[in-house]
Amino acid sequence: MSDVCIVGVGIHPFGRTDGLSGIDQGVFAVRQALGDAGIDWPAIQFAYGGSDSAGNPDTMVDRLGLTGVQFINVRNGCAAGGSALFSAQMAIKSGEFDIGMAVGFDKHPRGAFNALPSEYNLPDWYGEAGYMITTQFFAAKIKRYMHEYGISPTSLGRVANKAFRNAVHAPHAWRREPVDIETILEAPMVSDPYTKFMFCSPAEGGVALILASEKKARELGKPIIRLKAATMRTRPPGSFEVFAPSLDVDRTPGTPRGSATRIASADAFRLAGIGPDDIDVAQLQDTEAGAEIMHMAENGFCKDGEQEAWLAEGRTEIRGQLPVNTDGGCLACGEPIGASGLRQVYENVVQLRGDGGGRQVPGNPKTAYTHVYGAPGVSAVTILER
Amino acid sequence: MQAIAEGLFTDEHLPRLVGGRNVATGRVVFPCPSGSDFEPWPLRREGTLWSFTIQRYRPKSPPYAGPDAFRPWAVGYIELADETIVEARIVNVEFTDIAIGMPLELTFVPLDPAAADPVMIHAFQPIGLGPKA
Repeated sequence: MSDVCIVGVGIHPFGRTDGLSGIDQGVFAVRQALGDAGIDWPAIQFAYGGSDSAGNPDTMVDRLGLTGVQFINVRNGCAAGGSALFSAQMAIKSGEFDIGMAVGFDKHPRGAFNALPSEYNLPDWYGEAGYMITTQFFAAKIKRYMHEYGISPTSLGRVANKAFRNAVHAPHAWRREPVDIETILEAPMVSDPYTKFMFCSPAEGGVALILASEKKARELGKPIIRLKAATMRTRPPGSFEVFAPSLDVDRTPGTPRGSATRIASADAFRLAGIGPDDIDVAQLQDTEAGAEIMHMAENGFCKDGEQEAWLAEGRTEIRGQLPVNTDGGCLACGEPIGASGLRQVYENVVQLRGDGGGRQVPGNPKTAYTHVYGAPGVSAVTILER
Repeated sequence: MQAIAEGLFTDEHLPRLVGGRNVATGRVVFPCPSGSDFEPWPLRREGTLWSFTIQRYRPKSPPYAGPDAFRPWAVGYIELADETIVEARIVNVEFTDIAIGMPLELTFVPLDPAAADPVMIHAFQPIGLGPKA
């Protein structure tokens, strides 16, 4: 079975773009990706598109050309982009197609996500009482984690501070002004222990990736960047997830709770035939500062509690042992749901090609990792190799 | 007492939350799911605080049905030994005095304290304050 390669990437800057719809931003990203791959739209044999709130992705054929292309829409919460990418690579791996596209875009209203209980198989009272709020869950989750593993508020501040510093050098990022750690820590609380700088915001943006078989990639003459693994998993028993009216009592104290992330990560490493120590750069879901911290452990890069030392020593900085969220992640880019997971892969392609400019990871990185997580307990992971 | 939903609380002098117990595995959850896999299982009234946060902005409506005038409230997960960990408001305690591990007991508070006939939601408070504290 041939490897699947990423031969073109495109992005519409994240943030707020008044006057441009989500689809507009998706089309922008597709055209850029086609240009990057050196092909025209009719060469695309299939597409998977993810969007949560900005309309059906397949309608973009109006704009790109009515070639009759197969175009499948994907709606899978925060894993929409990862799911589109997983599906796209399967289409090539199966031998059905040689070249196709995964695209994701979104455009959300300002303020917190407005989830409704019925969409998550929950009773109406749960929303009426004020519990359908992602920030609430994330805050309660990190509060417990800090208590169990000795993570300090300063570490939360370090993650946010790093995000905005890295984003200065990422043209597609939204919040590109550095914020000092004291300002971050002393800002108004949104949901304790998180201040307003420690949460990402719903946003807008679009990302497109062109995927091809290795044979096709060589014909195109592009640098070979292989998608060694793409996994998407749902939650195991006993996990603690967004929108949980109750969670199981821990029957095995001392061992971490299972999570969709742990499963998706372990499977991705198994498929790629490498381990966490072999990864040169990682983009980990950081919808809030503590998520990056917890996900460092859930993805196998360190043990629970070691993050305190890792952050104090700068090990996840661009020039550290494992650079994490080199474009500022969700904290600096915001979260357009359909595009967010694909942004991580975009950033990794940039890094593996050595095109990161001021945010380039030194030493010619050869392996790169992405991870997204979302309600109600879904996770998607990719591993790229140059 | 007008409960926010039917079947959430038992009808007794000191009402309890009605969880569900999986008839095959014994796993206890809250609230009790519909269907035949779970049987109603009144939960113990006392527990310890497992984690918490303060909700400092008004949730969007819909779905939130609380009053327009917003004051921050505490919300947490309370571990009921050997049963389950339930999410609920934490009430009748200063925010700065809330700590993981503190013993708590079930109580009920109005979703809108200013309403004439308010719907009641479940909450937990420090043990010993009594039902009317």
